[in-house]
Amino acid sequence: MTTAQSTPVKTATPSTTATPAARVQNAVIKYGFIFVTVALFLYFALSEGSFRESATLLDTLRYVSVAAILGLGVTLTLAVGGMDMSVGAVAGLGVSVAAQTMVVYNQVGTVAIIAVLAAGAVVGLLNALLIVVLKIPDMLATLGTLFIVQGLKLVLVDGQSITPGMTLDDGSTAPGKFTEGFLKIDRGTVLGIPISVLVFGGLTIAAWVFLARTRWGRVLYAIGANPEASRLAGIRVGAYRALAYVLSGVLASVGGLILASRIGQGDVSAGTSQLLEAVAVALVGTSVLGKGRPNVWGTALGAVLIGIITTGLTIKGLPYYTQDVVEGAVLILALVFSFTLSKRRTA
Amino acid sequence: MSPTETPPAEVPSPGEPAVALTDVSMAFAGKTVLESVSLDIAPGSVVALLGANGAGKSTLIKILSGVHTDHGGQVRVAGEPAALQSPLAARQLGIQTVHQRIGEGIVPGLTVAENLAFEELAQRRGNPFLNGAKLLARAREIQAGLELGWSDALLKKDVTELGISDRQLLILARALATRPRLLILDEPTSALSAAEAERLFALVEKMRDDGIAVLYVSHRLGEIDALADRLVVLRDGRLTEDQAKPFDWDAALRAMLAQAHEATTARPVREGGPSHEVALSLRGVRLFEGRTPLDLDIRTGEVTGVVGLLGAGKTELARGLFGAEPFTSGTVELDGQPYAPRRPADAIRAGIHLVPEDRHADALVPGWSLAQNISLPFLKSFSRLGLVNTAKEDALGRDTIEALGVVTRDEHSTVEELSGGNQQKVVVGRWLAETPRVLILDEPFRGVDIGARRDIGRRARALAAEGAAVLVLSADVDEVLEVADRVVVLAAGEIHLEAYGEDAERDRVIQTISASV
Repeated sequence: MTTAQSTPVKTATPSTTATPAARVQNAVIKYGFIFVTVALFLYFALSEGSFRESATLLDTLRYVSVAAILGLGVTLTLAVGGMDMSVGAVAGLGVSVAAQTMVVYNQVGTVAIIAVLAAGAVVGLLNALLIVVLKIPDMLATLGTLFIVQGLKLVLVDGQSITPGMTLDDGSTAPGKFTEGFLKIDRGTVLGIPISVLVFGGLTIAAWVFLARTRWGRVLYAIGANPEASRLAGIRVGAYRALAYVLSGVLASVGGLILASRIGQGDVSAGTSQLLEAVAVALVGTSVLGKGRPNVWGTALGAVLIGIITTGLTIKGLPYYTQDVVEGAVLILALVFSFTLSKRRTA
Repeated sequence: MSPTETPPAEVPSPGEPAVALTDVSMAFAGKTVLESVSLDIAPGSVVALLGANGAGKSTLIKILSGVHTDHGGQVRVAGEPAALQSPLAARQLGIQTVHQRIGEGIVPGLTVAENLAFEELAQRRGNPFLNGAKLLARAREIQAGLELGWSDALLKKDVTELGISDRQLLILARALATRPRLLILDEPTSALSAAEAERLFALVEKMRDDGIAVLYVSHRLGEIDALADRLVVLRDGRLTEDQAKPFDWDAALRAMLAQAHEATTARPVREGGPSHEVALSLRGVRLFEGRTPLDLDIRTGEVTGVVGLLGAGKTELARGLFGAEPFTSGTVELDGQPYAPRRPADAIRAGIHLVPEDRHADALVPGWSLAQNISLPFLKSFSRLGLVNTAKEDALGRDTIEALGVVTRDEHSTVEELSGGNQQKVVVGRWLAETPRVLILDEPFRGVDIGARRDIGRRARALAAEGAAVLVLSADVDEVLEVADRVVVLAAGEIHLEAYGEDAERDRVIQTISASV
C-alpha cells in the first residue's frame, strides 16, 4: 500500500497455516477438559452400576450447585481482573442469617430469603468500597472481609449453632423453625429435578447472557483486559468493578440459601469449605473451552467435573479426605491448560 | 571474574576507541530498527545520542549492554572484537548502563551501603554469609572515590529513605565503582531537578576526565549543549548526523525531527485564517507547575497541529482536554459554555474524543476482535435492552475497514493480527463511530507506515472539512505540516509560535523549537 486509499485486502492469517502438531495442541487446549470430563463420566458409569442411577447424577449436581453458584460470582470478579475470596464466608453468613431470621425471630421463609440476599449485597458493597474507593488490592481486601464476615457470622449466633427449639439468652425457647417452604429449596423437586439444581442452571444461563451477550458484561471483560484503555473509552471503571463485587456477594448469598436449606439449621462452620471449591471451579473454568479467560460455561462445567470426580471416587470407596488432593490436582492440571499451554500457543 | 576486577579503564590503547560499532543492524520480525550503524566512542569523551521515539536508541543501548545479541555487524571493545552475549558479558567488558527507570536499579529493603556494594552481594562465589563490615568498607571506598560526601549514618539507612536524586547518584556510583570503559546514561536527568542535575553533570565531567567514555542519551538539548563533546542523531534506525562541538542545533533537529525533503511535498491545501468558529477556548491553562499559563483557541473546520519535543506538554494538553488528567488551573470553554471534564466519560458526552499516544497501553483491548475494539466507546448505541447487537457491531467494523483502508482478513480478526499502522487505524476509526465535535490525536503516526499515515491524515482532514475541530499533536515537524492548517509550537508547557499556512514554514518551525531549548 503506497498512495491512494487502500481497499481492504484479504490476507491469510498465521493461525490458518498452523502445522498439524499445532492443530492437535489447539484441539487439546480447546476440548481437552471436556474430553477428560466425558471420559471420567464414562469410566465411572461403566465400572460402577450405582453411578449410572439418575438419582446419583442429580445428587451430584445438587452437591456441586453451591460451589458452582459461588464460582459464578468469582467468575464475574475474575472478569474485571479481580478476585473475590469472601464468597465462602458470605455463604456461611447466609446460613446464619437464615437461621436467625426464621428460628429466633420467627419469620417466614420469604423474609429469610430477602435478609440473606441483602446481607450478601452489603458484603459485596463493603468489598467494592475497600477495592474501588480505598484502592486495596482485591485479593487482600476480600481476604479481610472473609475474616470479618466469618467472625460476624459467629457473633450473630453467639458462637453456637442455631437449632429449632433451642434455649435463647433470656431463657425462653426459640419460637421459630426452618419453614417447610425454605427447606424445599434444596430438598424439593420440580418435574423430578431438585430446585437447587434448577437454580444453578437458571443462574448459569442468566450469568452467561449477562457476561457474554450484554454490553455490561462486555465492559467487565474490557476492564479486566485493559483498565486504562477502558477508562479512556469513557467507561466508569470503578462503578463496574463495584457492580462485579456486589453481584458476587449476592450470588454467594444464593449459595448460602441453598446451604441453609440443605443443613436445616444454623451451622456455624457452614460455608468454610466452599471458598476453595468456588475459586477452584472458576479457575478450572478459565481453561475449559481453551478460552484462557474466565467464562460462565467453563465455570459450570468445571463444577460438574469436580462433582463427577467426587461422587465417582466416593462410590469407588476412596475416603472423603482424599478428595481435596484430587480436587487440587484437577485445579493444577487446569491451570497448566490455561497458562502454560495457552501461553506457548500465543508465543 | 569479579566485577570489581574488570579491566582497568585508565590504560586505553592510544588512539583506540573505547567502543567501536561497525555496520550494526537489527531487525525485529522482519522490521528493520537499526540499519548499518557505525560509531566510534573515544575514551574520555561524552557522546550525546539524540533521536525521536522509535528511532532505535533503546535498541542500540540494548545491543551495547548485551540484551540484544542477534544483531548484524561488529562491536569492538578497546580494539578487540567483542561478543556481548549477555548483560554480564557486557559488564565484564567494561560497559555499564544506567537505565532511565531508577526503580530498576535499587533494591528496597537493603541499606544504602548494601545497594552501593551490591556487586559484592551478587557474586556467585565466596563466603555465603553476609559480612556487614566488609560491605560497609567497600561502600565507604566507593563513596570516597566519587566524593559523594556520604556519612556512615547515611550508608546504614534503608535505601528507600534516599531522595530520588541520591538514588540516581547511587546507581551511577555503583556503575562507576566497577571502573567501566564505557558508561551509558539513558535519560539520567528525567527525574531530577535543575540543582540535582548539576550534581550529576559534575560527576559526568569527572568521569570524562578519568578517561571513561560516556554515551549520553537525553531529550534535553540544554544538557547536551553543556556536557557533550560530540552529538550523533539516530533517525529511523540510521545515524543521520554526527557533529563535534560547537553544535549546529538547527541541523541536528532537522536530522532528528524532519523527514527527507521529498516526503514533504504532500502539504494540504490550506483554507486557513481565523474565520472558523472557536470550538475549544483555553484560558490560563497551566501544563506544568511554574510555567507560564497558556491561551489557545482550537477552531472548527481546520486541523490544528501542535509540535514539540518530548516533555513539551503535548500529552498533558491532550489528556487535560479529554478529562483523563484534568488541568490544575485555568478555564476551558466548549462552544462558549464552561467545560471542565472530570473523567473521559464527560469529555466523550461533550463530543470530545481522544486517540491516545500509546495505543497498546491506552486504547486496544488485547485478544478482542477489530469490531469489538471499535464499538467499545459507543457500545450503548449497539445494544438494545443491554444486549449487544453483534450484526450491527460487525457492520460498523466493516465500515471502518472500508473507510480507513484497514488491511485485515475481516472484522473478526483480533487486533494482534494487525500491523501497527492498521491497529492505529482501528483506534482512530473507533472514535469516528459517532461524529466528534473535537477529535484529538496524540502522536497518531508513531510506529505507523507511510501509507497508513496518509490514510489517517486524509480522514482527519475530511473530518475537519465536515465541520469538526481536529487537534494533532506530534514531535515530528513534517507529520504535523503534512496534516495541519495551523501549527502551534509547544516547548516546556509554553506556546512559542502559532502560525497559519505559509507562515508555518518548515525551517521557521524548526528554528522556533531549537530557539526554545
